[in-house]
Amino acid sequence: MQYETVIGLEVHVQLDINTKAFCGCSIEFGKPANTQVCPICLGLPGVLPVLNEKFLQYAMRAALALNCTVANFLKFDRKHYYYPDLPKNYQISQYDKPLAANGHLQIKIETGQKKIRILRVHMEEDAGKLIHTKDASLVDLNRTGTPLIEIVSQPDISSAAEAYTYLTRLKSILEYLEISDCDMEKGSLRCDANISLRPQGHTTLGTKAEVKNMNSFKGVRDALNYEIIRQEKTLREGGTIIQETRLWNEEKQKTFSMRSKEEAHDYRYIPDPDLVPFVIEKEAIEKARRELPELPQAKKERLIKDYSLSDYDAGILSADKQLAIYFEDAAQNYKQPKIICNWLMSDIMSYLNTNNIPIKKLKEVLPIDKLVAMLKLIDNNTISGKIAKQVLPEMLKTGKDTSVIIKEKNLSQITDAGVIESVINEVINENEKVVEEVKSGKDKALMFLVGQVMKKTRGKANPRMVNSLIKKKLEV
Amino acid sequence: MELTALTAHKLLKLLSENEVSPEEVASAYLKRIEAVDKKLNSFAHIDPDEVLKKAKKIKGGKLKGLPIAVKDNFCVKGQLTTCSSKILKGFRPPYNATVIDKLEQEGALILGNLNMDEFAFGSSCETSCYGPTRNPWNIDYAPGGSSGGSAASVAARLTPWSLGSDTGGSIRQPASLCGVVGLKPTYGRVSRYGLIAFASSLDQIGPLTQNVEDAALLMNIISGYDKKDSTSVNTAVPDYLKSFTGDIKGIKIGIPKEYFISGIDPDVKDTVTKAIDILKKLGASVDEISLPHTEYAVATYYIVAPGEASSNLARFDGMHYGHRTNNLKKGTDNALIDMYSKTRGEGFGDEAKRRILLGTYVLSSGYYDAYYLKALKVRTKIAEDFSKAFKNFDCIVTPTSPTGAFKIGEKTSDPLSMYLSDIFTISANLAGIPAMSVPCGFTSGNLPVGLQILGKPFDEEMLFKVTHAYQQITDWHTRVPAGCK
Repeated sequence: MQYETVIGLEVHVQLDINTKAFCGCSIEFGKPANTQVCPICLGLPGVLPVLNEKFLQYAMRAALALNCTVANFLKFDRKHYYYPDLPKNYQISQYDKPLAANGHLQIKIETGQKKIRILRVHMEEDAGKLIHTKDASLVDLNRTGTPLIEIVSQPDISSAAEAYTYLTRLKSILEYLEISDCDMEKGSLRCDANISLRPQGHTTLGTKAEVKNMNSFKGVRDALNYEIIRQEKTLREGGTIIQETRLWNEEKQKTFSMRSKEEAHDYRYIPDPDLVPFVIEKEAIEKARRELPELPQAKKERLIKDYSLSDYDAGILSADKQLAIYFEDAAQNYKQPKIICNWLMSDIMSYLNTNNIPIKKLKEVLPIDKLVAMLKLIDNNTISGKIAKQVLPEMLKTGKDTSVIIKEKNLSQITDAGVIESVINEVINENEKVVEEVKSGKDKALMFLVGQVMKKTRGKANPRMVNSLIKKKLEV
Repeated sequence: MELTALTAHKLLKLLSENEVSPEEVASAYLKRIEAVDKKLNSFAHIDPDEVLKKAKKIKGGKLKGLPIAVKDNFCVKGQLTTCSSKILKGFRPPYNATVIDKLEQEGALILGNLNMDEFAFGSSCETSCYGPTRNPWNIDYAPGGSSGGSAASVAARLTPWSLGSDTGGSIRQPASLCGVVGLKPTYGRVSRYGLIAFASSLDQIGPLTQNVEDAALLMNIISGYDKKDSTSVNTAVPDYLKSFTGDIKGIKIGIPKEYFISGIDPDVKDTVTKAIDILKKLGASVDEISLPHTEYAVATYYIVAPGEASSNLARFDGMHYGHRTNNLKKGTDNALIDMYSKTRGEGFGDEAKRRILLGTYVLSSGYYDAYYLKALKVRTKIAEDFSKAFKNFDCIVTPTSPTGAFKIGEKTSDPLSMYLSDIFTISANLAGIPAMSVPCGFTSGNLPVGLQILGKPFDEEMLFKVTHAYQQITDWHTRVPAGCK
């Protein structure tokens, strides 16, 4: 019997707003413990929450970008559970009336496009953090009250790879909206996964496990792949899957049971009486919709149309907003977009990846005018493309202009026919056999000679001149 | 001249004319508190040295240093605020409630915090961790509650006026039982920011005073929209002192038949009936009305209020402030749960525990729809009863409480009979409408009786107008308990 995998993801996203969800405290990552707090987020007796309007605006942006229907009124609920990082012992969240519902997200899979339905997007406040030392547990409430949205997908995801793609796509959209930095390591994006297996073709869902504690997209993929194997093994051996929460252990690459359903919380949701429900005006929703920026899919389509890029190239460039912006800015100043695209997707990206430089820093490490200057030096034969490949990392590393690097390293292209001819003569003398082959019309042999000349000039000879001068010399 | 015998208005006049200094007034009250409150136990926290220090510095504003005392659930920066509960032992808020800010901006001098039923859970002021407050009219009797300290202190002239909070009658019932004026304003009229919540959708802050003029003055100061309280309503606040036209001719008063039930004390019934006759004589038209859902009010309230309370009180866990257990067992399997349950077990009194359990139960999965959701629906029905009635009537008059004061200990073993003490006051909270209690006579046992008047949302002016007219031709509100003269 074949099993199929059913996955639904719950993604929590911290919104990049300067102040907390229900008070005026600032949110800054990495501040000393308990310094970003006030009586309200500390949940002191007598305080009342007041909704930060930006919270609604940002959440609405996300909901609309995920094709959701925004509710006609906004209502908050209290979700009760006792934990030291939750000073009120309830979290302000949304229960039966989420901000938005019924959306979807398109992802690209091997066989084409797949629509992953979004069940709901709701608003809530974050809890604080516990720091466990050897003999004490300490509470840091700086994060308490940080605005979060939770994006819950339908169980439409069929593999760990699809989950990975979904998350990548979601992150891309949220970055386009500029509402979160979506950094899983910093905790600004968190993902819990519900996963179950069922016999291929069955329509009823199997018993699911909820997997938590992944701190990267890769972690999500690995945890899900582990769970698929674990659950399938259990089922094949005639066992049953227990509905439970399991924690991913990155080090051991395994999930471990945390608590079963019997111990599950009864959250005792009630409408928060301190936050009066209010109508979300249709006009406000429409305004938010109008103000949505161009999103990845639209960007991709436009890149194909405006710059004649391939579907693949446009897909990669549009997946990251900063990369797409960089590309378009460069294309304004250099009219061969395909060449910019090639450089971005090969040498530039590989440099950033190797050196762990985020794409948003690209403009700093490689200002567009420097890139354009380099491309123009290739065009006017000052350097060859090959030399440029040597220049580029140096330029990224030192921030020096191409022209300076060329001068310092003596990398200017040799275009003096006399100089090139003398090298050609050397090569012809050293490769009599090959010369014969060239004369008999073997292209490969010709390429070899060109290569030798290039080698002797350390790549600086103009390859086209070398080529034609050899041909001339050997009269082929 | 005995300063403490004066109303807030009269004292304010003396202060304004520099006849007396804030310090002299404060000293007079401190002296009286020292002498009388040993018997009454109406204050939970008072720091005389601090009060005198503040009195020296205070000046200006509309109140010119006039003292006031507040219930022990109002956050006063740096001063003990404990809801008369052991679990908040030693808690000094780092911030002021909005009403405290407003009062201090107008030059009020906060004398201290007044005793109350623990977390406002009660109708007798007996559940306080500081012991019961006693009724100034007879110290064997309870002052009512939960704002028992707020009512008793005003009746005994230990403060010219006070603030209380009213969730199901907690201002009006003790005002009635102690013979003072008590107003629960419309929900949303006064900011709740800094009032330690009992049931957030029902709680409202209001004044307890010797007469309605003082209540109107205090309302002028504490009312109004507060951006820190999303449930406060942004509508203009009238000058309540201008409500006193003296003329109530043609005002239409409804008397709900459901409020004159069999369990009502005959003395109360007679007294209230006489008061209604006086309103008739003043030219008001009086007719019987029906508020058909009245009988469900107590049941509805005892689902909604504990439900919200169980949520609001979840934060008292010993983790961040207040009482924390000293009986932690080392090496317990679940040390966290052990700490929570012991802290809360030790910190909360019986009535608080009863309501937390009740509230937790009605919100539990599987019960929520049957209890809480149902109660919210009935609550709407009760509110509709009033809005229908107010289409034809300007206000509604009832007794405040079915009986006069009861003896200390009389009802503590029977929570249900205690809950029924609020049978006439609860509906106003469920409907969110303003309601006031004014003294209207005495029982045969010489205990005060209160007349309750309920109005349309944000029409406190009507209540002031009618009760002021009543107080012009009656003198119940000027009576002072003999033991406190």
